[in-house]
Amino acid sequence: MGVLMTTETSIATKWNRKHILGLEELSAEEITLILDHATKFKQRTERGELKFDDLRGKVIANLFFEPSTRTRTSFGLAAKRLSADTVDFSPTGSSVSKGETFIDTAKNIEAMGVDQVVVRHSTPGAPHLLAKHLKAGVLNAGDGTHEHPTQALLDIMTIRERKGTIAGLTVTLVGDIRHSRVARSNIWGLTKLGARVIVCGPSTLIPREITRLGVEVSYDLDAVLPETDCVNLLRVQFERQRSAFFPSIREYAHLFGLNNERARKGKEGMLILAPGPINRGVELTTEVADGPHSVILDQVTNGLLVRMACLSLLNSYQERTGEGRA
Amino acid sequence: MSSLLIRGGRLIDPSRDLDRIGDLLIENRKIAATGDVSEQADETFDATGLIVAPGLIDLHVSLRDPGDEEDETTFSGTAAALAGGFTSIACMPDTSPAIDSRAAAEFAILQAARAGNCHVYPLGAVTKELKGEELAEIGQLVEGGAVGFTDAKNPIHSAEIMRRALEYTRMFGRPIFSFPEVTELIRTGVMHEGFYSTLLGLRGMPAEAESIRVGRDLALAKMTEGRLHLMAISTTDSVHQIRRAKDAGVRATCSVTPHHLTLDDSTLRSFDSAYKVSPPLRSPDHIESLIHGLKDGTIDAISSDHQPYSIEKKRNELDEAPFGISGLETVIPICIKSLIEPGHLSWLQLIDKLSTSPARILGLSKGTLQPGLAADVTLIDPAAEWTIDPEKFYSRGRNTPFTGWTVRGQTHTVLVGGEIRYQNGRVRSLSATP
Repeated sequence: MGVLMTTETSIATKWNRKHILGLEELSAEEITLILDHATKFKQRTERGELKFDDLRGKVIANLFFEPSTRTRTSFGLAAKRLSADTVDFSPTGSSVSKGETFIDTAKNIEAMGVDQVVVRHSTPGAPHLLAKHLKAGVLNAGDGTHEHPTQALLDIMTIRERKGTIAGLTVTLVGDIRHSRVARSNIWGLTKLGARVIVCGPSTLIPREITRLGVEVSYDLDAVLPETDCVNLLRVQFERQRSAFFPSIREYAHLFGLNNERARKGKEGMLILAPGPINRGVELTTEVADGPHSVILDQVTNGLLVRMACLSLLNSYQERTGEGRA
Repeated sequence: MSSLLIRGGRLIDPSRDLDRIGDLLIENRKIAATGDVSEQADETFDATGLIVAPGLIDLHVSLRDPGDEEDETTFSGTAAALAGGFTSIACMPDTSPAIDSRAAAEFAILQAARAGNCHVYPLGAVTKELKGEELAEIGQLVEGGAVGFTDAKNPIHSAEIMRRALEYTRMFGRPIFSFPEVTELIRTGVMHEGFYSTLLGLRGMPAEAESIRVGRDLALAKMTEGRLHLMAISTTDSVHQIRRAKDAGVRATCSVTPHHLTLDDSTLRSFDSAYKVSPPLRSPDHIESLIHGLKDGTIDAISSDHQPYSIEKKRNELDEAPFGISGLETVIPICIKSLIEPGHLSWLQLIDKLSTSPARILGLSKGTLQPGLAADVTLIDPAAEWTIDPEKFYSRGRNTPFTGWTVRGQTHTVLVGGEIRYQNGRVRSLSATP
């Protein structure tokens, strides 16, 4: 075991969950715990520590049933930084087409002695299904249009770093709210930590019932920018749409794309986030993406740290309780 | 010439508005007398504390035979029907091949005769291969025993085809069973569109997808004077439209399932595919409208909409899992829980929805305890408490959302054509020597 600082030990002993399936079920305290743990990793990394012993001898399986480059790479590196062994499984096409069910596939991989499973899937609830049927801990790396907890955690970590706190801020999520797991997880996380959240986008992409999650709705980006401390530009999910939700990309960019002129309407020091992969010229222009208020690359850095924190906390729970490996 | 006297039960016969303690005499496989019977019989059965009702009739059941025998067979499906208290079921044509020919209809009846459990009345396909393109040979199907026509869960997209089907079946006096759904509004959906679909990120199936189609079908039924039966309705607006159409004299009937009366869309929070059904489980305001529709007679009947699936098909991601509940064996207790116990319906009304009305819709001389008719009789123990365990189902489909529910009310004895086919939890055909 590496040398753990006392503060980290106490963070780890406060964690009481076997799985991280979404931010809906986490309390503000639990979210803060993850962020604090990630921040500790960041401080140590900045002091030159690159490798940690937390997960030595442990096996992490990355099951990506839906294509992903960034999240998969980030999780893979996070596990390696923690000294875990990793197994990657990303079926080309569908293993279901070979007749094997999703649960059977996961159970087969688990039987290789896996401690934690990181899963991405196009169906909401797929990680919950695994949590029911596997002994391993399950970390949701994005389930369809439901939740993407580590993405929201890294967004929130980035905001907290720059703004010092979350409570009292106004955060505007822009774009395809209907099909966005990033939006749902951000809404849960931000509102629990006391932020005011505005969702803004074409009326076809904002479900009417979304206000019941405690957010405000706007169809006019220019009107809400002056109140906005942080704007998060969600990717337009062309692949998840059942039919055309807006007439053209050009019109979308015209109404909701962030260019320099619009960015200047934001509150002083408005942060610009984008979960990526960004469509330059659609959600935001290149000048904004690469401009001084953009924290897009900080998000990527923090993504690694947040994922290390999640894996490490789930591992500490397993070690403490003995629950886990088959 | 054998006779059986069922003594001292609570006789419920909606066809005569009868609800009283009395006896039922069966002679020569037919009902011979009801009320206070003084004759002696070869056998006497004490039915004290039991409900004695005309055999229950399910309007639409999928038997999966032939084609998907891993989900259900005629044998397992009709055994499940008996266990659920049903003496007759109408089976859907969505088999493989579909029941779109006289031979296929006759095969369904033959399989039922081989099973020796309950009566099976095939519903023939409206269109060839259920494709919604060309009318099936409806006249031939009638001769093969089809009692009604439907494309099962494939909604008939073309208003023109629907119109012709309603017109053509008029000359045979058979109803068209429509599953009302506008496909383009629900494509890739898995649950009711509303707050919970928003919360869970699951693709929604709006209530309007049903009510728009109900409106079209009712208009065509009015235009053609054909007979329309709307299967498994689930929305407030459907109930309103049907009520208005009936008031205006349209020859329309409709049915609802027990699960749509009991479970709402919040159950999908579990992401459990047991709750994935079509039409989807709706929000509580719709449930309230359905119960109101049952009370005022707008909704004629209750059907299990039995959709059995093997575990390996159903235990999957929500997008992959098929729609449906294996419903036959839980109809009675779920109806008691959602309709009798809260005081929404009387027993007389419930038996009407489960037997007398379905018989009328299918044009069968059943659903009554009138002397002279074949003795299809169901005895229900309304007080029996039990826990629903799909492992004990006769159906091969274990897909139920009611696992572990402690419920009241159980099938006690089922007579089909005067013969005891089910008693004390056992299907008789299973214990017979092969």
